[in-house]
Amino acid sequence: MQRMLLLGDEAIAQGAIDAGLSGVFAYPGTPSTEITEYIQQSEEAMEGKIRAEWSANEKTAMEAGLGMSYAGKRAMVCMKHVGMNVAADAFINSAITGANGGLIVVVADDPSMHSSQNEQDSRFYGKFAMVPILEPVNQQEAYDMIRYGFELSERFRIPVMVRITTRLAHSRAGVVRKNVLPQNELSLPGNPRQFILLPANARKQYKGLLRTQELLRDESDRSVFNSYYEGKDKSLGIIACGIANNYLLENYKNGDFPHPLLKIGQYPIPKTLVERIYDECDEILLLEEGFPFVEEMLRGFLDKGKPIKGRFDGTLPFDGELNPNLVARAMGLEDTSGMPIPDIVKARPPSLCKGCPHIFSYNALNEALEKYSKGRVFSDIGCYTLGALEPFTAIDTCVDMGASITMAKGAADAGFVPAVAVIGDSTFTHSGMTGLLDAVNDNSSITVMILDNATTAMTGMQKSSASGKIENICMALGVEEEHIRVLNPSPKYHDVNLGVIKEEIEYEGVSVIIPRRECLHLAARRIREEKKKKERETVK
Amino acid sequence: MTKDIILAGVGGQGILSIAAVIGTAALDAGLFLKQAEVHGMSQRGGDVQSNLRISDKEILSDLIPYGKADLIISVEPMESLRYLPLLSKNGWLITSTTPHINIPNYPDIQEVILEIEKLPNHVKLDAKGIAMELDARRSENIVILGAASPYLGLEYAWLEKAIATIFKSKGEDVIQKNLDALKAGREVAENSRPLKIT
Ligand SMILES: Cc1ncc(C[n+]2csc(CCOP(=O)(O)OP(=O)(O)O)c2C)c(N)n1
Ligand code: SF4
Repeated sequence: MQRMLLLGDEAIAQGAIDAGLSGVFAYPGTPSTEITEYIQQSEEAMEGKIRAEWSANEKTAMEAGLGMSYAGKRAMVCMKHVGMNVAADAFINSAITGANGGLIVVVADDPSMHSSQNEQDSRFYGKFAMVPILEPVNQQEAYDMIRYGFELSERFRIPVMVRITTRLAHSRAGVVRKNVLPQNELSLPGNPRQFILLPANARKQYKGLLRTQELLRDESDRSVFNSYYEGKDKSLGIIACGIANNYLLENYKNGDFPHPLLKIGQYPIPKTLVERIYDECDEILLLEEGFPFVEEMLRGFLDKGKPIKGRFDGTLPFDGELNPNLVARAMGLEDTSGMPIPDIVKARPPSLCKGCPHIFSYNALNEALEKYSKGRVFSDIGCYTLGALEPFTAIDTCVDMGASITMAKGAADAGFVPAVAVIGDSTFTHSGMTGLLDAVNDNSSITVMILDNATTAMTGMQKSSASGKIENICMALGVEEEHIRVLNPSPKYHDVNLGVIKEEIEYEGVSVIIPRRECLHLAARRIREEKKKKERETVK
Repeated sequence: MTKDIILAGVGGQGILSIAAVIGTAALDAGLFLKQAEVHGMSQRGGDVQSNLRISDKEILSDLIPYGKADLIISVEPMESLRYLPLLSKNGWLITSTTPHINIPNYPDIQEVILEIEKLPNHVKLDAKGIAMELDARRSENIVILGAASPYLGLEYAWLEKAIATIFKSKGEDVIQKNLDALKAGREVAENSRPLKIT
C-alpha cells in the first residue's frame, strides 16, 4: 500500500479514518491539534461524513465521544495533557460505563513544556481509570495502534487511551496505510443498564472493570507492541517505553544491542515480560518519556530489590524530555557535543504580533489601572498571555483555562477591588462561562475583559465556539446589559477605550468589556481565501 | 548515505518550505526521512527549528544527537549560531546574513558575522538581496536551500522536481521564481569555495 509522509498526529488521524471512525471530538491544544485538523481537511473523512467540528472544551468532547460509542459507532477524542484534567470526570467514569462502539482517547503530553503550563504524564490517568494505554514508538505504530485500539476497545468494551508526546506528535515520517474499514452501523449496548451509573449499577460495572484487568494484563503480555530482545550481556537490562526506544537504539546504530531490552508500547505493564527481564539481569535501567511511571512501580515503596536506574536516582534528570545524548550518558557511552553557543546569541521569545489587537487592549488597561496598586489583573491562557512580557507586563496570573474570572472573583470577594479578569473568546466558552455565573450570583465586583479576536489564535487559528455569541451569553448569565461594553482595540480609539475601561472598573458589580477585532493572521488568511475563491469563480 | 540537518530561523521565515522541498526530493529518491519541528508559538516571532534526517537506512530517533548534525541551514544569522552544539566537527553551516531584528537586545550584526566566519565550514550569503534582485522577494528561503544544495547528498534535479511539485498549486510563475532562487543560491555556494559537487 501507499507510503505517506505524516506527522505522528496525522498518522493517528489517518489511522482512525482508515479504521472506520465515525467522529472525532476535540478541543485544540498543542501538540494534539493536528489530529483533528487533519480529519477536518481530509476528503475521505468528508465523503464518509466523519464528524470533526471543534468542541467547546475537552469535557464536552469526551462526553460526546462516549455518546457516539454508546450508539455503537467508533469515536476518537483528542486533547493535550492538561485537557485531560478538564475531561477527567467523564473519562474516569467512562471506564466504569465501558464502551459500546470503539472509543479511543488520544492524549498528547508535552514533556519539557514546549507550549504548556506543566508536564504531567497522562499514563497516570490511564492507570487511575484502569483502561489500557497504547504508547507508539513511531509514526507507523501510531497508525497501527489506532486500528488495534478500536478493536481492543470493542472486544473488552472499554475506552482505550493512546498516549503520545510532543516529538512524535510533531515529527513526520513515512507511514504505510492499510485497507479502509467501513464504519459501524448504529447499535445500542446489549446491556441497557451499562450506561446508568446509579450506585447499584455502578458497583456491578466496577466489578466488571476489575475482572477485566486480568485479561488486559494477559493481552499486554501477548501484545505485538511489547517486545523482548534477548541481549547477551545480562549485567544490565533495559525497559524502554515508546519513543525512548529510539533514543536508546540511536546510540547503537553500528552494531547489535548488547543487553536484554523490553520495549513497552501497551499497558497495563506486561507483568510476565517485566518479571523476566528483572530475573535475568543484574541491574535494570528505565527509559521513559515523562514521569518515571514504570520505574516508580518497579522500585516499589521500599525500593529494596535489585539496583534500578532511571529518573529517581539521577541517572536521568527527573524533569524534561529525553534525547539520544541523555540516554547515551545513562548507558555510560561517550556524550557528544558540537561547539558551545556563542555569548552574543540572545533569547528570542515569542511576542504579540506587531499590530495585534491584544496590544491595544493592554495599552488601555494598563493606563486605566495606573492609579491603583499593582497585581490586579488575573489572566488566562492564549496569545494574550504574552502580555505578561515586556513591554506590557500587563497581567499577574495565568494558571489554567478559565481561572482568570474565578480567581478575580475570589480576590474581589476577599476585598481586593478592583480586580480585573482578562480572558480570550475561545477560553471564555471553554470554561469561563460558569465562573462568570458564580460572579453574577455573588455580585462580585469584577471587570471581565473578553478579548474577542474571532479565533483560537494561540493554537493556530481554529474556529472559536464563542464567535457571535458573547454578548448573548453574558446577558443570559445575568450580566446587566449596560455593563456589557464592546470596544474596538485600535490605536485611534484609545481614548474612548480608556474611558470605558475606567468607568467599568469603578462600577461595583460584574461588568464585561469586549474588545473586538480580528487576529491579524486570521484576517490575512480570510483575505487570501477570499481572493482564491474569486479567482476560481472568474476561471469558471 | 545519511544526512542530519538542522533548519533554523524565526517564525514565518519559511523553514518548513525548505523542509518540504528536501523531504519531497528525499522521498522521491526512495530514502527514509524524519522531520521533527516544534509548533505552537511560532507565528509570534520566536525562534523556530526543525530536525530533518534523511538516510538510506531506517531512521530511529526523531531528534539529531548533539554534535552529530551534518548541516545547519539557517534563514537568519544569529539563529544559525544557536544550534552550534548540535553541529558535528566536520559539519557545514549555511546561513543568510540578513538579520531579523525583533528583540531589543539583538547583537551587533558584524559580531554575528565574525562568529560565523570562525567556523571552518560555512557558506554565508545575502539571500534577501539575491531574492530581491530576482524579483522573488518571497523566495529568500529557497535561495538558502540552493546554497545548501551541494551538501545535501541529493541530486540537484531532484530538488528542482520537488519545487515544481510543492509550488504546483501556486502556478508556473511561482515555480520559475523558486527555480531561479535555487540556482542563484547554488551559484553562491559553488563560487565561495571550490568543491566537488555531488
Ligand atoms: C485545558 C486546556 N486546553 C487547551 C489548552 C491549549 N490552549 C492554550 S491557549 C488556547 C486558546 C486560546 O484561545 P483564545 O482564548 O481565543 O485566545 P487567543 O489565543 O485567540 O488570543 C488553547 C486552546 C490549554 N492550555 N489547556
Ligand atoms: S496570532 Fe493573532 S492574536 Fe496572536 S499575537 Fe498574533 S495577531 Fe495577536
